[in-house]
Formats: sequence, C-alpha cells, structure tokens
Amino acid sequence: MTAYVSIEGVARRYGPTTIFQDVWFGIARGEFVCLVGHSGCGKTTILNILAGLEAPDDGAVIVDGQAISGPSLDRAVVFQGHALMPWMTAAGNVAFAISCRHRDWSRAACDAAAREALKRVGLDHAADRKPAELSGGMKQRVGIARALAINPKMLLMDEPFSALDALTRGALQDEVARLVSETAQTGFMITHDVDEAILLADRILLMSNGPEARIAEVVVNTLPKPRTRANLHHMPGYHALRDHILDFLIARSRAFKADAPPADWSARAVPAVSPALSPSPLAAE
Amino acid sequence: MTASVSFWRSAGLSLLILAIFLGAWEIAVMPKAGGGGAALDPEYAALLGQAAAQGGTTPMPGPSAIGKRLFELLADPFYVRGPNDQGIGVQIAYSLLRVGAGFGLAAIVAIPLGFVIGMSPLLNAALNPFIQVLRPVSPLAWMPLALYSIKDSAISAVFVIFICSIWPMLLNTAFGVASVRREWLNVARTLEAGRWRTAIRVILPAAAPTIVTGMRISIGIAWLVIVAAEMLVGGTGIGYWVWNQWNNLSIADIVIAILMIGLVGLALDRLLGLGARAVAWRE
Repeated sequence: MTAYVSIEGVARRYGPTTIFQDVWFGIARGEFVCLVGHSGCGKTTILNILAGLEAPDDGAVIVDGQAISGPSLDRAVVFQGHALMPWMTAAGNVAFAISCRHRDWSRAACDAAAREALKRVGLDHAADRKPAELSGGMKQRVGIARALAINPKMLLMDEPFSALDALTRGALQDEVARLVSETAQTGFMITHDVDEAILLADRILLMSNGPEARIAEVVVNTLPKPRTRANLHHMPGYHALRDHILDFLIARSRAFKADAPPADWSARAVPAVSPALSPSPLAAE
Repeated sequence: MTASVSFWRSAGLSLLILAIFLGAWEIAVMPKAGGGGAALDPEYAALLGQAAAQGGTTPMPGPSAIGKRLFELLADPFYVRGPNDQGIGVQIAYSLLRVGAGFGLAAIVAIPLGFVIGMSPLLNAALNPFIQVLRPVSPLAWMPLALYSIKDSAISAVFVIFICSIWPMLLNTAFGVASVRREWLNVARTLEAGRWRTAIRVILPAAAPTIVTGMRISIGIAWLVIVAAEMLVGGTGIGYWVWNQWNNLSIADIVIAILMIGLVGLALDRLLGLGARAVAWRE
C-alpha cells in the first residue's frame, strides 16, 4: 500500500524544548486516520504542518510524491472553532471557498453549488443566515460543508466537535461517518474522544505525552463498516478496542519514553495492533 | 443598568430644558428699564447715530431676535452678492467642499497605507515613530508651511483638513488590518485565495468596522478644524463667515453660525454612522 500522504520525520521545537520529533506515518487514499493524545503533545501542530499552515522544524510532508511547501486546496481543513466569516451568510462562506477552487465560475454557479453543499449537511434551510444566527452545531456543519464543497483530496479535521454539546456532537459524528464513507474521503482527524475515533477511523495513531512526544502505537480498527453510534458498541471486539485505547491514554501515554522505547518500537515502523481481532495482552487480563 | 426610556418622555424633557434655557436667556438680555443711561457726549452720539441708543455697546440678542434673523438667513441661503456678502448656505457649502476634498484625499492615502502597515509588522514598527510624533501636532500649525509651499490659501485649507483627518484613519485601518483573526487568514490560505482575494474578501470586511470608526473620528476632527482654518485663510466658508460677522458685530449671526456648525457636524457624524451600520458584523 503506497501512502497518498507521507509524514517523514517531522519535529517541532520551541527553543530548547522539543514538543515532538521523529514522527513518521502515512495515510493511504480513501483511508481515515485519527490522531489521539493528550493536550500538549502537539496534535494540532501536526495537523497544521499537514495542512501546510506551519512548517516543521525537521522533516517533510510528502503528498502524491511531492514535498509540500504550503497550504493547498487539495487538503481542506475543518477548524476547531468553525472559523466562518461572520459578515458572509452560510451560503456565502461556502461560495467563497468554491470561488477559490473554481476561479472561472460565475457568482450564480458558486452560489448554487454552495447551496447544494449545504443540502448535503442538512442545512439548506439556513443558507441565507449569518453565522451569528446559527447554533454551534449548525456553524460546524457549515464548516464541514465548506471543506467538502471544494472536493478536496484530503480532509483535515482539528477536534471539530469538541466545542459542541454531547447530543449535537453525536449527530454530527454519524453524519461525518456517512459523508466520509459515501465518498471514500481520505481523512485525518484529531480528537480527544475515543468513541469518535473508533467510529470514524480506519487506523488510530496514539501519541505519547509531550514534550518529547512520539507516535507510540498504531491501532488498526477492524470493526466492520458502516459503523454508527447506535451499532458501534454492540460490535464484537469494540470493548477490547476501546479498553486498549483508554489504557494507553491513562497509563502508557505517560510511561512511553522516547529515549527508552519498548523493544519492538521504532519511529519509522511504529508497531500496529488490532485489539478488536485478538485482544492484546495488555487488555486481556 | 440603563432601563429603556420612552422616546416621547425623553423628547419632552429635552424640549422643556430648551424652553427654560431660551426663556432665561430672553429675560436676561431684555433691555433694562430706564434705558441705556450712559451719558454720551452729544457730539459722539451724533457720530454713532442709531447706535447711540445702545449706550455705545452692542447688546446680546435674545432668542427671539436670533430666531428672526435665522428665518431671514434661511429664507434665502444661497444668494451671492459679491465676495463679502453670500448666503449662509453658500458658506456652508464651501466648508463642506473643503472638508470633502481634504477628507477624501486623506482616505485615499490613509486606507491603502494603513492596509500595508497593518499587514507588515516591519513597516508598522518603522513608521510608528513618525506617526506618533506627527499625530499630536495641531493641524493649524501646518498652515504657515502649507501657505509657504503651496502658495494658494484655498488649497492650503484643504491640506490642513487632509493632514488632520489622515491620522485616525491611518491608525484605525492599520489596527483593524493587524487584528484580523488568524483563523480567517488560515481559512483563506488553505483555500489558496491569493493575496488580492484575501485582502478584498477577508481582511477588508473584517477590518471595515474599525476603518469606518477611524473615518468617523476623522470627519469630526475635520469639521472642527475647518472653522479655524477658514478664519485664518478667509474668503469663503462658515469659519470665515463667523469671523466676518464678528467684525460686523452681528452677534445673532455668530450664534446662528454656531448652531449651523453643530447641526452640520451632527449630520456628517450620522452619515458615517450609517456607513458603520452597513459594514458592521456580529459573531
């Protein structure tokens, strides 16, 4: 499997402090990868580097065989705080993105495409409202519609649901799971929420605590698709998977030391486990 | 804290205060019984003519006299009878023209320059000392230099308006542009919007409320300064008119000019207020 995106040895340092370094992973076409870890391990920085918004202090990001030098329309970002322009309507925000992708489209064509994109996230009725007149969940839907409207090769999401209440978050998670599987969207998402990661991700990257954070483990999610929040916790293997990730977040994320890693660990080939298939020794006590 | 007050109640109170003020004024300036008893030398009185009845001083006119004069002036505000006798409307129009020209030129310079300063921290830091030194200078202090170098009093007045209105617009534009949210700029970057599109579609609307606030401060200052500038420069304009009426000892006309300057200033501010409403956004 050749990776569409390949992150090769990236690092971020602030003065003498290394937040993370020697981070290597790839994302295949059509694959959805989640990055899970505690605050302060540099998750958002990794996403920004992947988006091209920040440059790494070391290493490079290779997309389609080319090292990236900046942001691109091929990698759409859904920002943590929706980042809608408050002076534009919902449709205006999406149309702005579309007009950037399709420079030759007329205003009317962009507007029509924007309304179509809003329809896909169930917001056609609110197209003419300003962000201030939308609820938090609706705003984030517009943000997702804006990202999907430009048909990106890859979708980058930075804790997109963290500011939402539990009910809204659940509904949006199901919706994103549907949208992603419908279009086989390649995606990379940062999250704190273990269930969210299990619902959406094909692979879950577990990051140790910063500073000196590394990708400590890769968890392969073998639970069958389509997954919804309603059926997820009934799937065989779900609990083993969940326990494995929770155990990591509670204990192993702190215990992992980059200068004395486990014997089978190497930065370029982080060990992958599939706890849902064969419960790992750690989770099966 | 402030509970909403009904418009009619507040308007009624305003009218009451006005009525008391005007009434007290009228009573205070009423000619004292017994006449202006100052005994004038008969020869001097003959020279003074009618004015002798006032005892050699010009009386402060009451509101009724001013009202009458106001009616006369507004009945025909746009007459022109020679360079020294033009209607009050013509004078205000001259002042507005100068303010419009100076303010407009200042906006054309300040807004693009403020944009560049706001986008570049280097330029911001480099130009800041100059701005900080020049900004507190009274615009009238520029007048001699303007007269010397421009050699045209009409253009000098416009220049003084230009120099006084440029600073608030420059500083507000730079501040507004510099404080555009990083996340909006990041959105534009991930969309590969390009410099020009980002400036027009993202930075300009984001900074527009701050820019318009700067314009509003500028027009207020410009209207303050034009009166003083025209007093110095002379010829036409409401400031010149005030000074002319002082030389004529037409106190009523001076009071009317004050009222007019206030009303036009209010109208200018409201105009920019409408502009501010048009570009306002709320999160």
